[in-house]
Amino acid sequence: MPTARSSVPHTAPSSAAIARQAEGAIVLDGVDKWYGTVHVLKSVSLSVSNGEKVVVCGPSGSGKSTLIRCINGLERHQNGRISVEGVEVVDRTLRQIRREVGMVFQSFNLFPHLTILQNCMLAPMESRKLSREEARDRSIEYLSRVHISEQADKYPAQLSGGQQQRAAIARALCMQPRIMLFDEPTSALDPEMISEVLDTMMELAASGMTMVCVTHEMGFAQKVADRVVFMDEGAIAEVGPPDQLFNSPSSERLALFLRRILSH
Amino acid sequence: MLIGIAIGTIGGIVLTSLLPGLRQVVRTYVTTIRGIPVLVQIVFWYNGLSALTNGAVNLPAYFAGILALGINEGAYMTEIVRAGIQSVDRGQREASQALSLSYVSMMRSVILPQAVRIAIPPTGNQVINLIKNTSLLFAIAIPEIFATGTNLFSMNFKYFEVIAVVAIWYLILAFGYGLIQRALERHFGRGRIGLFGSGAT
Repeated sequence: MPTARSSVPHTAPSSAAIARQAEGAIVLDGVDKWYGTVHVLKSVSLSVSNGEKVVVCGPSGSGKSTLIRCINGLERHQNGRISVEGVEVVDRTLRQIRREVGMVFQSFNLFPHLTILQNCMLAPMESRKLSREEARDRSIEYLSRVHISEQADKYPAQLSGGQQQRAAIARALCMQPRIMLFDEPTSALDPEMISEVLDTMMELAASGMTMVCVTHEMGFAQKVADRVVFMDEGAIAEVGPPDQLFNSPSSERLALFLRRILSH
Repeated sequence: MLIGIAIGTIGGIVLTSLLPGLRQVVRTYVTTIRGIPVLVQIVFWYNGLSALTNGAVNLPAYFAGILALGINEGAYMTEIVRAGIQSVDRGQREASQALSLSYVSMMRSVILPQAVRIAIPPTGNQVINLIKNTSLLFAIAIPEIFATGTNLFSMNFKYFEVIAVVAIWYLILAFGYGLIQRALERHFGRGRIGLFGSGAT
């Protein structure tokens, strides 16, 4: 069914298809967003290609969470253009885009009244129209991929934070998205649980998934990221490969930020 | 009489969380109904409506009684269901949206099951109130428990005994509902660890 809609651009010759190829997985072009009078995203432009891993960092309030939440339309931008795999993010494309874009939240946001398995099965059954059996098989597959298949019949509150976050990752993967967004996935976790979640994310990265992660885990960025985006006051201050950004920051603002987060 | 609550509950669920245009209508409904005594409402549906329409609409007493109590319950239930829905964490909505769930799927599978858990205790108050409010139906000559009782003691003058039996009947009904409520709370509380207890009950 998504193919029916994505074939619409063919009315404008095949240039649309070519544009999609060239455009990459996610394109933000001059995106602005205000909360009331506060300008939280200032003409942000960024392009993420297929299979690329981008880590977004920056001080709190710099707009990094807002930025990735605009990509799947949880926050709506007011100016500029965002497109995901060539489909522009507008009201009527939201559900189509969200089928292909998984998201993991800082606070997990698992459904507390459903078991881990039911958490995973819900969306594939409701928005991908899988049968109960297919959804169950797929859920068990992804739960074992994040190494918690033995917790499938427990409720979220019975799991540790790290297990809950891995369950949330599995839940998102069950939709078989082509892009994954991570909004500070380890910020709510105890130190010893951070590594188990990061390991899961690294395995996912190795599988070729396109990933955009807001995180302060610089070790993860160093190992996994193709590019690091440093945001400050609602704008992209610096972009580059992790080595370049971390070892020779070109702005005083980034150097200061790095000193602060690496000092402890 | 329980049909009355059913109408009220469904009305409450459907009407609270919908479009802004409907919201104003619902708000007016809630304000109006909550502002008028139940007894007045009962008499309105039975006698008032028929007078207003010159006898064209003349509801049978039972129907008028069910309608009056149902519509009255609906107003209170609307507020209870609204409180339940609003108590559900925003993250639940965001996670549902990020998973591409439709509005209907989100409400049915994620939001309402959690809202119901919050709504059960105040709904219990409503159910018991409704059971007791049925005693007002004596005003439109429905032979409910209280009316039956008054008929009895007007014949045998045993005021205390009859009223005690009437009271016990109401108690039995309220107690019976209490059992049902506990089962409901267990069902909708699954997966939750209590505030002071440990383990999901």
